[in-house]
Amino acid sequence: MRIDLDVIQDWIAPGTRVLDLGCGDGALLEQLARNKQVSGYGLEIDHGQIERCLARGVSVVEQNLDQGLGNFADGSFDTVVMTQALQTLRQPHLVVREMLRVGRECIITFPNFGQWKARWHLAFSGRMPVSDLLPFEWYDTPNIHFCTFRDFDLLCRENDWTILQRQVVSETLPGRAFKDFLPNLFGETAIYHLTR
Amino acid sequence: MPPGSEPASATGSVGIVVPQQHTFTEPLELACGRTLRDYTLVYETYGELNAERSNAVLICHALSGHHHAAGRHSPDDKRPGWWDNYIGPGKPIDTDRFFVVSLNNLGGCHGSTGPADTNPGTGKPWGPDFPMLRVRDWVHSQARLADALGIEQWAAVIGGSLGGMQAMRWALEYPQRLRHCVVIASAMKLSAQNIAFNETARQAITSDPDFCEGRYLEHGSLPRRGLAVARMIGHITYLSDDGLGRKFGRELRSGTFERGVEEQVEFQVQSYLRYQGDTFSGSFDPNTYILMTRALDYFDLAREYGDDPVAAFRNARCRFLLLSFTSDWRFAPERSREIADALMHANIPVSYAEIESAMGHDAFLLPNDRYRRVFGTYMDGVAAECMGEAGH
Repeated sequence: MRIDLDVIQDWIAPGTRVLDLGCGDGALLEQLARNKQVSGYGLEIDHGQIERCLARGVSVVEQNLDQGLGNFADGSFDTVVMTQALQTLRQPHLVVREMLRVGRECIITFPNFGQWKARWHLAFSGRMPVSDLLPFEWYDTPNIHFCTFRDFDLLCRENDWTILQRQVVSETLPGRAFKDFLPNLFGETAIYHLTR
Repeated sequence: MPPGSEPASATGSVGIVVPQQHTFTEPLELACGRTLRDYTLVYETYGELNAERSNAVLICHALSGHHHAAGRHSPDDKRPGWWDNYIGPGKPIDTDRFFVVSLNNLGGCHGSTGPADTNPGTGKPWGPDFPMLRVRDWVHSQARLADALGIEQWAAVIGGSLGGMQAMRWALEYPQRLRHCVVIASAMKLSAQNIAFNETARQAITSDPDFCEGRYLEHGSLPRRGLAVARMIGHITYLSDDGLGRKFGRELRSGTFERGVEEQVEFQVQSYLRYQGDTFSGSFDPNTYILMTRALDYFDLAREYGDDPVAAFRNARCRFLLLSFTSDWRFAPERSREIADALMHANIPVSYAEIESAMGHDAFLLPNDRYRRVFGTYMDGVAAECMGEAGH
């Protein structure tokens, strides 16, 4: 289980309704259903991932997030989750706004582009960062809207979104040691818990 | 092994199948207010019912379908059953794991009681006097067939198009009697355009001089031309512009456009359509066609639930799989998305996939890799549940 998914599980109350945008292979929803009796749906467009969801018995609906969440009523879910998909969206800020309309709360995780490795890579090689977590070249990457932990903070302030909790996580040692002091520099993945 | 089945061949076919029938003597009250005193349903079964009776799957057929969904009636049959692509050993509806029941609906013309049968009240063919049927009447008669076969609860009820409407109605009428509902290329109700196509088809039949007000059997005639035109209209709408274009383009079957030659030209698509119409009109009862298209038109899933599909689906207790096809314009993906949205609002488990295909509405019958994988993966889960129960 990815480390950001562990954190998210703690932030979701048992027995609630969850919508998972870009749910991938359905691992989070499967865990939530098993450990917390959470019911919900995943939205996904990747064919292979949809089949992996079905194989796990996770309810998955083929839907393109770039076309909005117009088919969901206001406040129809307790929590709307989106993990590692923000940077793939055409208009990320509009999707977050939609998430806060459809859910009472929302949880968003994204790769922190302010992490020292990305900065180091760009500063010293002069080329766009390519890592294990983001293994794409700039021209064929699905990740078209990178931001940093601090950038997202600013977006929340500009939109008057309330940050309930936020933190960064890191799989590697220097990150784990220093992330709480300098989250924007040492956090690998940023996790935000928002409400209107 | 059920009577009439032979061991499946290695090619993924259920092999040779023999239709069976059951006559019901308990009167069936119909939605129209009339009652059928007794009636017969013809059906086929594939695979074996397990000891727990938990692995039964019901197939609901579409407008022109029937009980013969898989396998062959004789080794010389040119074509297998209508859904042989998806029913058989190792196929999505895996007959090594499921006990599959496929019937001809009431009002049909392939062995179940219908307009071409004798009305016991008059001793003459029912014809236009056969009671008007609605989708729910089929569902109720199918429930009686389930009783007769000793099936308390279906592992899944599955249908495409009009069959999908029956599957959804099952979920609302008998929520405790199915665990999964698979709805393929269907809709909660037809659009005005859809009803218009059906009406044009019916008009083609009823305006044929041989129709005789529907009493053609008494007059020893048959409105074959009208039925053929009805089928041609339907057939065009079940395919896509792109699909027809790929298959036939503007290719000529005969004649020439050469200058100085005055010769009638026939496009391939013309002869194809005529062949489809002719074949169909030789094997289908015109009154059944009228009856089934009307049932399609009248179906409105949420009518009795205050026109609120969410309220309707709150009665369901099963899980749903919905599939649609990108080029299907008679049962467009939007119609399936409406079903998915209503189910999600009702907090009912649902999965939905939109399958890429150029084959229009007919795609639900045709081979398609992604369709097979998505459908098969879902049915694997259904089968695993049946095995789980067997272990208790």
